[in-house]
Amino acid sequence: MTTASNWTPDQPIVSLKEVRKSFGALEVLKGVSLDVMKGEVICIIGPSGSGKSTLIRCINGLNDIQGGSIKVEGQEVHDVKLDKLELRKKVGMVFQQYNLFPHKTALENVMMAPLKVLKQEKSDVEARARNLIKKVRLEGKENSYPGELSGGQQQRVAIARSLAMNPDVMLFDEVTAALDPETVKEVLVTIRELAEDGMTCILVTHEMGFAREVADHIYFTDRGVIVEHGPPATFFTDASDPRTKEFLGQIL
Amino acid sequence: MKRIAGINAPAPKHLQGYMAVLKPFDVAAHSPDGYIFTRWLAGMPWWTPFAMMVLVVLWPTIVYAQSGFTTGDAFGALWRWMPFLLTSGFLFNVVISMLAMAIGTVAGAALGLGQISPLKSLRMFAWFVTQLFRNSPWLVLLFIVLLALPFEITVFGVTVRIPDWMKGVFGLSLPVMANISEVVRGAVQSVPTAQWEAAESLAFTRRQILWQIILPQCYKRMLPPWMNWYAILTMATPLCSLLGIEEIITLSRQAMEAEDNHPELLVPFFGFALILFFLYCYPIARLTMRLERKFAVKL
Repeated sequence: MTTASNWTPDQPIVSLKEVRKSFGALEVLKGVSLDVMKGEVICIIGPSGSGKSTLIRCINGLNDIQGGSIKVEGQEVHDVKLDKLELRKKVGMVFQQYNLFPHKTALENVMMAPLKVLKQEKSDVEARARNLIKKVRLEGKENSYPGELSGGQQQRVAIARSLAMNPDVMLFDEVTAALDPETVKEVLVTIRELAEDGMTCILVTHEMGFAREVADHIYFTDRGVIVEHGPPATFFTDASDPRTKEFLGQIL
Repeated sequence: MKRIAGINAPAPKHLQGYMAVLKPFDVAAHSPDGYIFTRWLAGMPWWTPFAMMVLVVLWPTIVYAQSGFTTGDAFGALWRWMPFLLTSGFLFNVVISMLAMAIGTVAGAALGLGQISPLKSLRMFAWFVTQLFRNSPWLVLLFIVLLALPFEITVFGVTVRIPDWMKGVFGLSLPVMANISEVVRGAVQSVPTAQWEAAESLAFTRRQILWQIILPQCYKRMLPPWMNWYAILTMATPLCSLLGIEEIITLSRQAMEAEDNHPELLVPFFGFALILFFLYCYPIARLTMRLERKFAVKL
């Protein structure tokens, strides 16, 4: 079990210091540092292959790191003594490909983790799950299987499934990248509502308009380092690094 | 099979002659997979048993036309023995196949899960056992079991006899076990790793992920290969006759001896056994291939 940490909400809820990560000889993260305060929404943008997804996957321990430190609520994520399950109860994650459990209905997908992992009362879990499904605007789809839902609907079930664990931090890994343009919006609306409710969110995204609108802070990564960061008001207009300018020039 | 224009079906008229397209693979010619036997069996036309019956009747008439023992006599003998061969013989083959399948499935499932264990030593052990029994001749395994197992065992002062047919069941269950082990391993590994990651990120333990999320997605895709192995096993049960177990082939031989060993009896008696095996396994093979197509990688 973890030792009690003396983390207080005025300290960063997620804190990365000089994080290094390699796949074999290929170094993907070359010393990345960033801090996220409770209730903040940060967006990580950058060209593909710049290590954005790897970075976010390191935060809940899906990938291990070779150097530096990642702390969530003061707890070192890659400490061998750390109970990974305890960390993952605090950090929710939504994937590009939704990854719903295909043999379970939407409602069962949302209920499964609280029932089996947190061992909560079934009636409570079901009530909460139905509320979450309502919250992501999928009322009436409770008993549909993932295969019967559109990509956007599946992604919203995936968000509800993650929220059912009552996480303190939500990670979004290019969650709209696999969606049709029409359905992107419905997912973004859901995320914006979450952000407005005060959920701490870390998003990897290609939706610049959305990043500009919801993010408190934007990080631009390229070739494994954070090139530039700042609040959206200044980031998009006053980018100083040539790499950032070039990227934004291509995108906007 | 799905028809894809330009791949295994002609391209639409208005496109023909416009594009240079690589000659497609012969998609009907399957690479050797686990279904060779079942696909061959399922590919036979429905009238195969009738054709076999005609052959069985014609053969002795033509070949032994000049002997005194007539085809009529041979089939009269078969007719007398038929109920016995069916109820004491073939049904026993079915019982052997079911028991061997049950043991092989349970042991094979355990072995297959061992092959995907996070423990390296267990993984290597399960892999070794799987390969050993998967690649050994079935008859050799049967003889080893027959000779290696004692004819009785004493547990806490109680002596239990192990009849030969039990040894046959056990011997046949070994290769089944090894092949089911591969079926389980393959099915688990065919579930995308993203399912593991999604479950991990929800704080499920490895054991929970395997039993509650991965395996439930596997049962359907394990069914066709499992049935495939059942059909192969059933066809292999006559091997037990070499151990003297009184299944249909052993009993057929004894019946022919009782009928004075006329060579005219061979084709009717063994042909009867062949038709019985066909009638039992053919529907299984057809269903297997239908399910295989239905469940084919669809996520």
